[in-house]
Amino acid sequence: MRSGATRRSYDGVVACLPVTIPYRRYSTNSAHWWIGRALHEITKRARLRPQDIDGFAVSSFTVGPDTAVGLTQHYGLSPRWLDHIPFGGASGIVALRRAARAVQAGDAEIVACVAGDTNHVESFRKTLSTFSRFAQDAVYPYGAGGANASFALITKNYMNTYGAKREDFAKLCIAQRDNALSIPHAMMKKELTIDEYMSARPIADPIHLFDCVMPCAGAEALLVCGEDTAKSLDQAGVRILSTVERHNAFPTDPMQVRGGWALDVDELWSMAGLTSRDVDFVQTYDDYPVISMMQLEDLGFCAKGEGPDFVRSHTLTNDGTFPHNTSGGQLSVGQAGAAGGFLGLVEAMRQLTSQPLGSQVPDADVCLVSGFGMINYDRGLSSCAAILARAV
Amino acid sequence: MTQPLVRPKRKNPLARTQLPLTPPGVRSRTAHGLTAAAAEGRFALQVCLDCNTVIYPPRDACPSCLSARLPFRDVDREGVLIAETIVHTSTEPYFRERTPWRVGTVKLDAGPMVVAHLHGDAAEGARVRLELKLDKSGAAVALALPERDTESMADDPHLREMTCDPKFRRVLITDGRTPVGQAMAKAFSDAGASIVFTGIADPWKPFPGLDSLRKIERVEIVPLDVTDTESVTEQAEQNGARIDIVVNTAEHVRAGGVVHRRGLTIAREEMDVRYLGLLRLAQAFGPILRFRGADGVNSAVAFVNLLSVHALMNWPAYGSYSATEAACLSAAQCMRAELRPGGVKVLNVFFGPLETEWFQTVPPPKVAPETLANAVVRALRQGLEDVFVGDVAEDIRQRLAINPKALEREMAG
Repeated sequence: MRSGATRRSYDGVVACLPVTIPYRRYSTNSAHWWIGRALHEITKRARLRPQDIDGFAVSSFTVGPDTAVGLTQHYGLSPRWLDHIPFGGASGIVALRRAARAVQAGDAEIVACVAGDTNHVESFRKTLSTFSRFAQDAVYPYGAGGANASFALITKNYMNTYGAKREDFAKLCIAQRDNALSIPHAMMKKELTIDEYMSARPIADPIHLFDCVMPCAGAEALLVCGEDTAKSLDQAGVRILSTVERHNAFPTDPMQVRGGWALDVDELWSMAGLTSRDVDFVQTYDDYPVISMMQLEDLGFCAKGEGPDFVRSHTLTNDGTFPHNTSGGQLSVGQAGAAGGFLGLVEAMRQLTSQPLGSQVPDADVCLVSGFGMINYDRGLSSCAAILARAV
Repeated sequence: MTQPLVRPKRKNPLARTQLPLTPPGVRSRTAHGLTAAAAEGRFALQVCLDCNTVIYPPRDACPSCLSARLPFRDVDREGVLIAETIVHTSTEPYFRERTPWRVGTVKLDAGPMVVAHLHGDAAEGARVRLELKLDKSGAAVALALPERDTESMADDPHLREMTCDPKFRRVLITDGRTPVGQAMAKAFSDAGASIVFTGIADPWKPFPGLDSLRKIERVEIVPLDVTDTESVTEQAEQNGARIDIVVNTAEHVRAGGVVHRRGLTIAREEMDVRYLGLLRLAQAFGPILRFRGADGVNSAVAFVNLLSVHALMNWPAYGSYSATEAACLSAAQCMRAELRPGGVKVLNVFFGPLETEWFQTVPPPKVAPETLANAVVRALRQGLEDVFVGDVAEDIRQRLAINPKALEREMAG
């Protein structure tokens, strides 16, 4: 239980140097290669030697049998602060908030946070069949539909309970596709029409093809360091106004209609000293559109069950009234394993430092990023969120 | 409502036989508590002895109080099907060739949420009954049935995938000379088996019951002597590709202990009929059964062993017989492992003393051959692996679970 004590701010710490290694549908390279490319990009752009990185946080599903420790030798790092965060869609924000505290406390000076996964032709099936003990015992033997089937049940229940329609999810997906059209490495390169969305083949009803992310290989990374360090490295920093993290919230909800954000949303906004009206764009974790809709509700943009209405009454493209998943999200760019948990965060940093890969959101000064991960059995267990701001 | 099965047409001899695949069968050690329940047709989940929480998926600590005292107990199986989905795309070859495949989330009245396979008559929003079934991998899965039985519900394709229903299947009863063999032929005929091959050794030797056996519908008497390797092999060559269920009714019951009985002649005969007979059948029919595990509506599904319950604990009055039965039980466990890749089940039916001439001096309760035969059919319809028939068998099962040493002493009389 929380004591009610106010939390320390992240003043003096920034996130900088957003890195994306362009995604590929399949890769014959290993996860080690993809993570290595991201680290190399960081050292190159910041003109650092590997030994200068004294903190390292890594997230991956396919780097086994190695852990973060083995990777230090692989990459020639000698960090004094090390973390392994295989939290899927929650990896990015969890890495950010841990690294920020380490820098604040002086335990590390320059922390590289990296997520990368490869995608061999057989990777996806292997990851699914051994994802968790509960998945192995109680989900995978039931049709082996993977996350598609689990989210199909969550989506069906959400539609039954709150009257969401496939057209509502279509609006989210189509707007994201528009945002992705200016991203060169996006897996999906063509405009998505409502007809294409509605008539796509069913994967696990009511989930159809364009509700699913494309598994691919890729890596995302960023640096966390002191404001002054970022300046000395010649990197534009992004301030961290608040963060929250929660695992296995609401275990007695029969089916998932909300994530841990609903428990922590007040703290998220009060720590930042802002309200939901103050953000200029939002990056939700979008492995399936239903979970984006839940995030809009649970993070305070609308009440529970009003997600469909909220989506109907806004334009969600980068030039719209509610810019959302500004690079197209995983639904359009692809899901590079754990890098999917970094995608929204890294894209938000680009928008807040005016170095977008695609189109720039006008007046992008404050952003909310959220993460969600790990369908251990019947629901996603991990939720997290951060409010970030352009450095003044 | 379930579409009733249509009697399968004669197989096109030129058509390729679909090879059997199995669904994912890997489970944690704790989760095999479900497998143990499913093998006997019980619905058991973990129940915390300290706080009574009913737990699923299986865990090694109670999520309410962290207790480690979590035995599997029979619990209420009713609940509501909250949400369903139809899986069209699967990463596993077994499901890939069986999609669309319905699964759903069931909220049990007992507490937990269970992702389950769905019977075709289980509807979203409606009340359902959960059963634990052994799937083709031999591991337990939950299956949601409609709250009340529906017409032809046994013909549902999801359910039939997990059972060994004799309907429209072809059966081999290995020995039709005995009362048990004859009762078995009748029970399978009544259960809708398409052909009941009934083996008779030395057909020129008359035996009681032959006339009534001949009158049973769809019974086809075939020459078969389980003590003769050539005879068994010949029968397998003749009809093996048309046999979906083998029921070994060959028996050899003689009283006498290991010390008391002089000489090895009877013991050798026992082993020849029962243990070596089983091996001959396994070697002749096992490979064809395993190959035909996915061969349509009348795929190969089961090998049935009738075992004295004294296979589990020696009964010194029939001590040598008990030892032979124990050898057969051990071989049956091996057969299970070997037939599993074909999705073919080995059903072990443990019975107490039978109402037959060889148990003449034994006091009741005894098991009538018809009772045993009906129990076999029922167990196949449910897809079970282990069944105990009669009061003596059930008594020994329970005493064995409580204190095997006490049982051993008490069996001595």
